[in-house]
Amino acid sequence: MVTTVISKSSPSDVAIIETQGLSIRFGRQIVLHQITLSIPRGQTVAIIGESGCGKTMLLKSLVGLLPATEGTVRFDGCDLKSLSEAELTKLRRRFGFVFQNAALFDSMSIQQNIAFPLEQHGVPPGATAQTLIEQRLMEVGLPTSVLPKRPSQLSGGMRKRVGLARALILQPELLLYDEPTTGLDPIMSDVINELILRSQRRYSVTSIVVTHDMHSARKIADRVIMLYPFSRLLPGESQVLFDGAPEGLEECKDRRVRQFVRGEAGERLMEMLSISNVSHVDETPRLHDTIARREAE
Amino acid sequence: MQRDMGTTRKTSRDSLAGRMSQSFGKVANAWGGVTIQGINTLGDISLFSWRMLMWMVTSRPRSGTLMPNLYSVGVLSLPVVALTGTFIGMVLALQSYHQFKTMGLESKLGAVITMSLVRELGPVLAATMLAGRVGSAMAAVIGTMRVTEQIDALVAMGANPIHYLVVPRFLACVLLIPALTIMADFMGIVGGYFFSVIVFGIDHAQYLKNSRDFVGGFDFFTGIFKSVFFGAIIAIVSCYRGFHCQAGAEGVGRAATSAFVESFVMILAVDIVLNMFLDGVHSTFWPTSGSKLF
Repeated sequence: MVTTVISKSSPSDVAIIETQGLSIRFGRQIVLHQITLSIPRGQTVAIIGESGCGKTMLLKSLVGLLPATEGTVRFDGCDLKSLSEAELTKLRRRFGFVFQNAALFDSMSIQQNIAFPLEQHGVPPGATAQTLIEQRLMEVGLPTSVLPKRPSQLSGGMRKRVGLARALILQPELLLYDEPTTGLDPIMSDVINELILRSQRRYSVTSIVVTHDMHSARKIADRVIMLYPFSRLLPGESQVLFDGAPEGLEECKDRRVRQFVRGEAGERLMEMLSISNVSHVDETPRLHDTIARREAE
Repeated sequence: MQRDMGTTRKTSRDSLAGRMSQSFGKVANAWGGVTIQGINTLGDISLFSWRMLMWMVTSRPRSGTLMPNLYSVGVLSLPVVALTGTFIGMVLALQSYHQFKTMGLESKLGAVITMSLVRELGPVLAATMLAGRVGSAMAAVIGTMRVTEQIDALVAMGANPIHYLVVPRFLACVLLIPALTIMADFMGIVGGYFFSVIVFGIDHAQYLKNSRDFVGGFDFFTGIFKSVFFGAIIAIVSCYRGFHCQAGAEGVGRAATSAFVESFVMILAVDIVLNMFLDGVHSTFWPTSGSKLF
């Protein structure tokens, strides 16, 4: 089993990662329901959707950071659920994860942060490791003078680039990005987009990018998947509203997809207000009762 | 008319019973919820401890993670433990002197102070200081790492967070709390001696003789033995609270506070159990020697 996990094989048309009936629940709250996806090797997929629809949960479940409540996740044909902790650790050498706020270790320098995956997977500190670190840092456009600094001494954009360098250090086969451009200015957002494209070309890596940024999705993705919050779906509807090339987004028949892509609130604000009004109306008499009771006392 | 009054009385009796059963139901529900949550937490902590122990015996922690924790727990806690130990020794002398003097037993002050310190106050005080200084910090650091996805990043890069974060902290607490306890004992004895002999003028030779005669090796062992358990409690409770931290600054603050409060309560509870156990051990092996003090 372990050899299957570690071996780099598979022709490019075979899915590097696939989910079958993937569901994630927290108590009674359903976040993801019966998601079935297949992502071929070398593809760049953007997962879009409004906040709270489960994009990040999906991304985390793909690398076993969040166990699926139901269904399976297969990486290179291997079911993540069937792997032991040690096997999963070996498998993770083949993933790279760029977190939303970079998730750099505060207690370590930038050098130690980038070197962490190397040390973890048995590459001893030395000239080879140092060359790799400096090379990756240059690839993301950062000078080696940042190496002794702490993450708190860098700007948001620099931290994200360090996060990308750390994710690239082991030359992963699958790179996952959680909102890589969120919180950055337009120029820096585009720099990150360019870096994603360059990494993809240089290492032929498969990328899955969770994003709200439609400019970014259109620029980097070969394929776009749009998720919709389960709680607002109509009975029998799939949570995946759109799955196709970015060019097809504007022509999609589903109004909710077009609305999201164009960034139009539509009736969403009224929907929200009506929900908050209902809860306000429910609460008002109780509030009045409490005030009246206090005054009487 | 009478029938109407009877019906009204019956209805009001019924509604009173209904209200009572309703409020009883609410109380039972609340207590039931608390009990279930308590059992859940206990089970969770046990599993967490088990996983930590498994990682500790199967894989050595990296020196890069162990040394900073040893430094933080041992070296940085030493001054504060020594200082509080000194003050406790002084306060003990100050409080006991007048009461012992009225009974004409002031010469035995040395025995009382030393015995109280080595058996009880030294280990509990060192543990309390450690829980406040190190335990809260552990919960806050791990909690912040949880909130900022650093723990997820560890997992994503193939590191086990229990092995990487909890095992070194546990080892640092368990290995170094005996040294901190010895320091608290020593400084407490020095503080007590200073107040008793220099301030109150108790005979120096009498003070030392009583301390030597009445406090035995088992008393020292009791304090050190208990301290190891206290260290384990501080590390496990604090790391557990950090791992289960809620999002946001409030969540991190709450984790740090709960780490201290829960560690302290558990230290005192375990102290009672260990004292009973050690008294049992003492009376089994030395059945004839009772309390030597009075």
